[in-house]
Amino acid sequence: MRLEYFQMVDRIAELDPAARTVRADCLVPEASPVFEGHFPGHPILPGVLMIEAMAQTGGWLVLAMLRFQRMPFLAQVKEAKLRAFVVPGQALQVEARLLHDGSGYAMAAGSIASGGKKVADAEITYRVVPFPNEILRAQMLETARRIAVPEALLDG
Amino acid sequence: MPSTFETVAGIISETCDIPLEKIKPESHAINDLSIDSLDFLDVAFAIDKAFGIKMPLEQWTQEVNEGTVSSDQYFVLKDLCANIDQLVTAKAA
Repeated sequence: MRLEYFQMVDRIAELDPAARTVRADCLVPEASPVFEGHFPGHPILPGVLMIEAMAQTGGWLVLAMLRFQRMPFLAQVKEAKLRAFVVPGQALQVEARLLHDGSGYAMAAGSIASGGKKVADAEITYRVVPFPNEILRAQMLETARRIAVPEALLDG
Repeated sequence: MPSTFETVAGIISETCDIPLEKIKPESHAINDLSIDSLDFLDVAFAIDKAFGIKMPLEQWTQEVNEGTVSSDQYFVLKDLCANIDQLVTAKAA
């Protein structure tokens, strides 16, 4: 995870369009300016970044299912539960399951586990719209390759 | 079995916290009931699920934005319900 750049997903471990599921590996960095403020003497991953990790993981699923023809933007978070502290150096497994691919929107159930224990879950809604420009689409494709989104799912 | 309107009104009432008695077939979802676009996503999700359809919201929104149709055609509830019935029939065919 590169928290300062909002790059929450290190690697897509599994992405199954037929099952509409995705699983990602995310390693919380040992050091980050984020931990200097959150909190002094007690560094923990901010809950909003746990939600962001679930949103991004589900977002990669939506992107892959649409072959990167449209971009999901976070629109709503429901029933977010932050069940345990997450500390620097902790390895996270983030999962998402697509609940519904609507017209212009999508909904996913996200969860985070660490060491076999669930540490967070939430229901995420995305607005799914045409890419606002080619710069963003190219950047998303580049990041997708870096985090190992299957090549066959990159382009339609 | 509830009518399409009864199902849709129930969804709107529950999702948007609007008293059921305020929701009429002539109500415009946006202009009369003040449902914003984000709340309408929740309504759309519940309608899609309840009727097993996928309402073409993107196409409807585009048509309204381009001025080719009035928003009444998609967002007045009796018309919305007629569109839902058409989608259900088309899916069953």
